[in-house]
Amino acid sequence: MSHFIGKRLVQMAVVFVFVSMFAFSIIYFSPGDPLYLYTSPSVSVYKMTDEQLEDMRESLGLTGNAAQRYLNWAGKMLHGDWGLSVSNHQPVKKQIMDKLPNTIGLMGAALLLSVILAIPLGLLAGSYKNKWVDNIISGISYLGISLPAFWFGIMLIIVFSLKLGWFPSSGMRTIGVNSAADVVRHGVLPVIVLSVNNTAVFVRYIRSNTIEQREEEYVMTAISKGVPKIQVMYRHVLKNCLLPIITMVGMNFGTLITGSFIVESVFGWPGLGTLCMDAINSRDYTMIMGITMLACIVLLIGNFLADILYGFADPRIKRGEERENG
Amino acid sequence: MDRKVMKKVFFSNKMTVLCTGLLLAVMAASLLAPLSPYDPDAVNVAEKLQGMSSKHIFGTDSLGRDTFTRALYGGRVSLLVGFAAMCVAVFIGTFIGTVSGYKGGKVDSICMRVVDVFLSVPSLLFIIVVYAFMPRNMVTLVLMLASFSWTKVARVVRAQTLTLKERDFVTAAKALGVGQSTVIWRHIIPNLMPQIIVASSLSIANAILDESALSFLGYGIQLPMASWGSMLQSAQQYILYNPICAVIPGSLILITVLCFNVMGDMLQQILDPKLVK
Repeated sequence: MSHFIGKRLVQMAVVFVFVSMFAFSIIYFSPGDPLYLYTSPSVSVYKMTDEQLEDMRESLGLTGNAAQRYLNWAGKMLHGDWGLSVSNHQPVKKQIMDKLPNTIGLMGAALLLSVILAIPLGLLAGSYKNKWVDNIISGISYLGISLPAFWFGIMLIIVFSLKLGWFPSSGMRTIGVNSAADVVRHGVLPVIVLSVNNTAVFVRYIRSNTIEQREEEYVMTAISKGVPKIQVMYRHVLKNCLLPIITMVGMNFGTLITGSFIVESVFGWPGLGTLCMDAINSRDYTMIMGITMLACIVLLIGNFLADILYGFADPRIKRGEERENG
Repeated sequence: MDRKVMKKVFFSNKMTVLCTGLLLAVMAASLLAPLSPYDPDAVNVAEKLQGMSSKHIFGTDSLGRDTFTRALYGGRVSLLVGFAAMCVAVFIGTFIGTVSGYKGGKVDSICMRVVDVFLSVPSLLFIIVVYAFMPRNMVTLVLMLASFSWTKVARVVRAQTLTLKERDFVTAAKALGVGQSTVIWRHIIPNLMPQIIVASSLSIANAILDESALSFLGYGIQLPMASWGSMLQSAQQYILYNPICAVIPGSLILITVLCFNVMGDMLQQILDPKLVK
C-alpha cells in the first residue's frame, strides 16, 4: 500500500508542477500590462515616476524572462509568500485565508446535504429498480444533472426571497446582526443550489451500485435467513457501497469548487468565488494565480484521497491502472 | 447490430423519441427565428419590462426587447456553440484516444499524463481566467470549452481501442501489411462509433451548460448578441419586476440539456447493452 501511495504522491507532484506552469503561462502570455492602472495616462490617478514603476515591477516579480519569473514565483509560493495583490497591495494569502472559511463552509454543508440525501434515495431507487419509486427518483436525478445551477439559484430567489420572503436573497450576514442563526438563514438557498448537481450524480451512482450488490450471493443469503429488507440494505448493501461513494465524493471535488464560484456570484456570498471574480475584473493577476493554485491543490488532494480509498476498497484491482476506464 | 434492428430499438423507446422530438422542436424554432416580427436587438424603451400579453407572448426585457424572439435567436447561439465545441472535443478526443490506445508505451503514458493535467484543474475557473485575457468571440469560446472536454472522450476512446486492437480483424489487417493510420481509420474508428455517439451527446449537454454559466458570469457570449446564458445575466437585475425574463431562457437550457443527457444514456443502452446494469 505504501508503495502505491508513494507512486501516487509522485504522480500528483508531477501533475501539480505542470498545472502550475500552465497557470503561470496563461498570465505570462496574456496581452496587456498588469500595471495598466498605474501606467496609462488616461486611467491612472497615480502620478508615478519611471523609477517607482520599476520598483513596483520588481516587488511584484514582473522582471526577467519567463523561466526566471516562473521559478521566482514558484519558489515564493512554496515558501508561503503569495505576493501582494496588484489592486489593493494587501497580501494575497491573507485575503484568501480570510475568505476561505466562508467557501469551505458552503462546500462542506452542500457536500453533507448531498450525501445525506443521496444515500437513502439511491438505495431506494436501486432496490426498486424500474418500479415507480425508481422512475421518480431517477427522473429527478436527470433533472438535477441538467439543471443550470445559477438559474436554479435565481428561481429560488424569486420564490423564497422575493415572493415568500423566507430567506434573504444575498450576502452572508445581516448588517448589525452577529449570530450563527443569521448566517445559516443566509446559507440555506446557496447550499441547496450547490448540492443539487452532486446529489443527482451520487444518487445515480449509488443506485447502480445497489443494483449490482443486490445480485450478490451474500444478500440472497441474508434475505433467505429472514433478515428484514431494510436491515439488509443498511447493514450489507450500504457497507459495500460506502467506499465507492467516498471515491465518488473525492472525484467530484472539481464540480464542487467551480460550482461554489458560480453560486457565490449568484447569491453575493463573500467567499473565494467572489474574490476571484473581482480579481479577474480588475486583472489582479497575483490574486488570480493564488486562487487558481489553491483550487488546483484542493482538487488534486481530493482526487488523491479518492485514489487511495479506491485502492483500499478493492485491492484486487491492479495498482496504477485502476481508473483507466473512468 | 444492423441498422434495421437499431432503428426498431430506437423507436420502441419512448424516452428517446420524446427527447429527439423536443430537441428537433427547439432547433426548428431557433432556425425559424427570423419569422418573428421583432428585431432581437432593437431597443424599445417605451415597452420595457412588460409581462405576458398577446403582443409579446413572453413579455419584454429591461430594454423593451421581445423575450421570445431573443430566446429563439439565443438558442441559435447556444446550440451552435454547444455543437461546435462538441465537434472539436470529439475530434481531438478520438484522435488522441485512438493513437494513445493503439500505440501504447511511451506515447500512451505521455498522452494520459496530459489528460491527467487537464482533469486536475477546475475547468470552468480556468476557462474564465484564460478568457479574461483573450479576445472575446465565439471561436475562442468554442476552443476553450472544447479544450477542457476532449479528455473525457479520449479516455473512453482509449479504453475501447485497447480491447479493439487485440481483436482478430485488426490482427488480420496488420498481417496483411496495412499501415497503422489505415488500421485506425478503417478498422478501429468505425467500431468506436457507439462510444463516440454517446460521448458526443453527453458532450453537447456539458458544453451548453458550461457556455450558459460562462455567459451568465459575463465571460461568454458578449452583448448585444444573446445566448440563453447572457439573457439570464441581464434578466438577473430585473427579476423583481419581470421574473418571466429569467424563466424562459433557463427553461430552454434545462430542456435542451436534459434531452441530450437522456438521449446519451438511452443510446448507450441501445448501442452497448453490455454496459447496462
